[in-house]
Amino acid sequence: MTFLNRIIEKTGWPRLIIALFLLSLFIMAPFAEVKIGTSLSDTLIRFGMNGIMVLAMVPMIHSGCGLNFGLPLGIIAGLLGATITIELGATGTSSFFIALLLATPFALVFGWGYGNLLNRVKGNEMMIATYVGFSSVAFMCMMWLLLPFSSPTMVWGYEGVGLRTTISVEGFYLHALSNIFAVRIGTFLLPTGMLLFMGFICFLVWAFLHTKTGTAMTAVGSNPVFARASGVNIDRMRTISVMLSTWLGAVGIIVYQQSFGFIQLYMGPFYMAFPAVAAILIGGASVNKASIMNVLIGAFLFQGILTMTPSVMNSIIQMDMSEVIRIIVSNGMILYALTRVKKGAH
Amino acid sequence: MLKKDKDNVIKFLETNLVPILFVIIIAFALPLSGFSIRYLFNEIIVRLVRNLFLVLALLLPIMAGMGLNFGMVLGAMAGEIGLIFITDWNITGLNGLFLAMILSIPLSVLLGWMCGKILNRAKGREMVTSYILGFFMNGVYQLVVLYGMGSIIPIASDSIVLSRGYGIRNAVNLTGIRQSLDRLLPVKIGTTLIPVATFALIAILCLFIIWFRKTKLGHDMRAIGQDMAVAEASGIDVAKTRIISIIISTVLAGFGMVIYLQNIGTMNTYNSHEQVGMFSIAALLVGGASVNRAKIGNAILGVVLFHLMFVISPMAGKNLIGQAQLGEYFRVFVSYGVISISLVLYAIRKQRDRTRAGIALADAQEVPE
Repeated sequence: MTFLNRIIEKTGWPRLIIALFLLSLFIMAPFAEVKIGTSLSDTLIRFGMNGIMVLAMVPMIHSGCGLNFGLPLGIIAGLLGATITIELGATGTSSFFIALLLATPFALVFGWGYGNLLNRVKGNEMMIATYVGFSSVAFMCMMWLLLPFSSPTMVWGYEGVGLRTTISVEGFYLHALSNIFAVRIGTFLLPTGMLLFMGFICFLVWAFLHTKTGTAMTAVGSNPVFARASGVNIDRMRTISVMLSTWLGAVGIIVYQQSFGFIQLYMGPFYMAFPAVAAILIGGASVNKASIMNVLIGAFLFQGILTMTPSVMNSIIQMDMSEVIRIIVSNGMILYALTRVKKGAH
Repeated sequence: MLKKDKDNVIKFLETNLVPILFVIIIAFALPLSGFSIRYLFNEIIVRLVRNLFLVLALLLPIMAGMGLNFGMVLGAMAGEIGLIFITDWNITGLNGLFLAMILSIPLSVLLGWMCGKILNRAKGREMVTSYILGFFMNGVYQLVVLYGMGSIIPIASDSIVLSRGYGIRNAVNLTGIRQSLDRLLPVKIGTTLIPVATFALIAILCLFIIWFRKTKLGHDMRAIGQDMAVAEASGIDVAKTRIISIIISTVLAGFGMVIYLQNIGTMNTYNSHEQVGMFSIAALLVGGASVNRAKIGNAILGVVLFHLMFVISPMAGKNLIGQAQLGEYFRVFVSYGVISISLVLYAIRKQRDRTRAGIALADAQEVPE
């Protein structure tokens, strides 16, 4: 009994309930005449699509900047990279890497500014991050209308100015990663390339966290006083972590687009931070602690629920409550994490 | 001496940066929009009637040091549920209006109590927590209204239930109580209709807030807002007082929502409350309030300036570069930008005040030569 209690204590009730819920969905799936193969491959595809954006939470949590509600800023850097790539006329698989390359300077500059801002508002990072994300999305809404893009695949047909709300990446980098080594067995499709790429990026972040800079960054997050005493420049470490998080957001959205098939502009990135935040928390992270493992578990559980609920629920009770469940689960998880911050930890 | 003057000017600019910025934007956009003064005056009256009560509902939690109450959407939801019931029961006019308010009270108290409890577990991060709580409760609201109403909770009227048999329609027509309060005591000035009854209700709320500040509870709240530790030490039940401030704010937000919707006349069942939260907070900040300081004057000035910008910016955008869409994005950007700037300024000021206090302490300890 104490053993069981320890497990519950360690995983936490909400996480346990969510894991059991997902498990029961998979068990119910055959009875609801939902094809397990399709569901599993859908889950894996969405896992790969969203994984890197969940990973973008890790550096900032490590350096004590809290949950990265400002993820839309990184996403915007990615969108700029993507749209400029198409404008330049790059096609095929190589355009994916060109998009990554072009997004990088934007991500670094945005991240640098964002990091410096967060350094001046210590203790209020999360609320301000949320609004930095919102304001930047709203600002870019105007920019998408005004920037001098001219590629006919992207601008509104009849006016010739302003970008469309959704832009297809077909012919550019659609499934550039997903199709590499893709395995198809019946209805089951494994997007090997995308998962490998995600694994590679996760490995890079893991390796970075174990370098000298990475360790110093973690020290800043877990004990700023100690870090300062041992000669670490706190503000610099925090800025680096924010830049890394922002860059991961940019990479994340481009990977998302190559699988999804569309670039979503305007209000598209608006709420994208919340699913990513919820996912890493479901994976076992807290406001001041996160690991790569949390990312993988969280992204899988969260995306699993998002994939499975609509199909299973729909065929069992003829009521599509998936949207409501998504809202309650993701925000409930964030709420749970915010109210469980250990005292004295900043 | 000169340095002190300079400091004062900087301080004035800092505390009033947002209203000044807004006056500049409006001064620039007003001639571009081409609206007549009469039209704009009319619009301002309408916006004051609609929004002022909601904005005033935010004042108490700020006094208690809990920041901007993003949880006010909970009260708005309670108000909406009240309105759904009176529409279903077909109770019209002022009776319906006040019944909706009364129905919202128990719900608001319950939700406010819950919100207060949760915020007490998240001291120092009240705003982000209440913000997420708003999202979370929006999910619960959808669960109840979209799936529970008509199936578990009996709703008789077909006109508000979706054709599938349960769940409330996207838009609920509030013809029964439409402007029942506004039309109670209309006074005409020129071509503008002034709804005196609604303004009277808002005035009563203002008097209540002024009176409340002077009560024991009001003093306690201000003490908590100044310094929670000191308040705790002097025997104030901090947790309980904070919960009460949130409950009052939630109940007032519920009333405010009823007033807001009776003016508009239709209810956007699943969107109204979300927008109301953001716009009320932005308006209060535009009026020069900050996270820890807000007066009734800020609320009034804020509603006028913010909604003036809201009315003129699409037209100004259209006349400036031929796209109304740009003006619409602009006003969204400004709403979020204003909240961002206010939050950042507040955080920076807090950090610098700490440094200033440190320097002052060091100066005081210096031995004069």
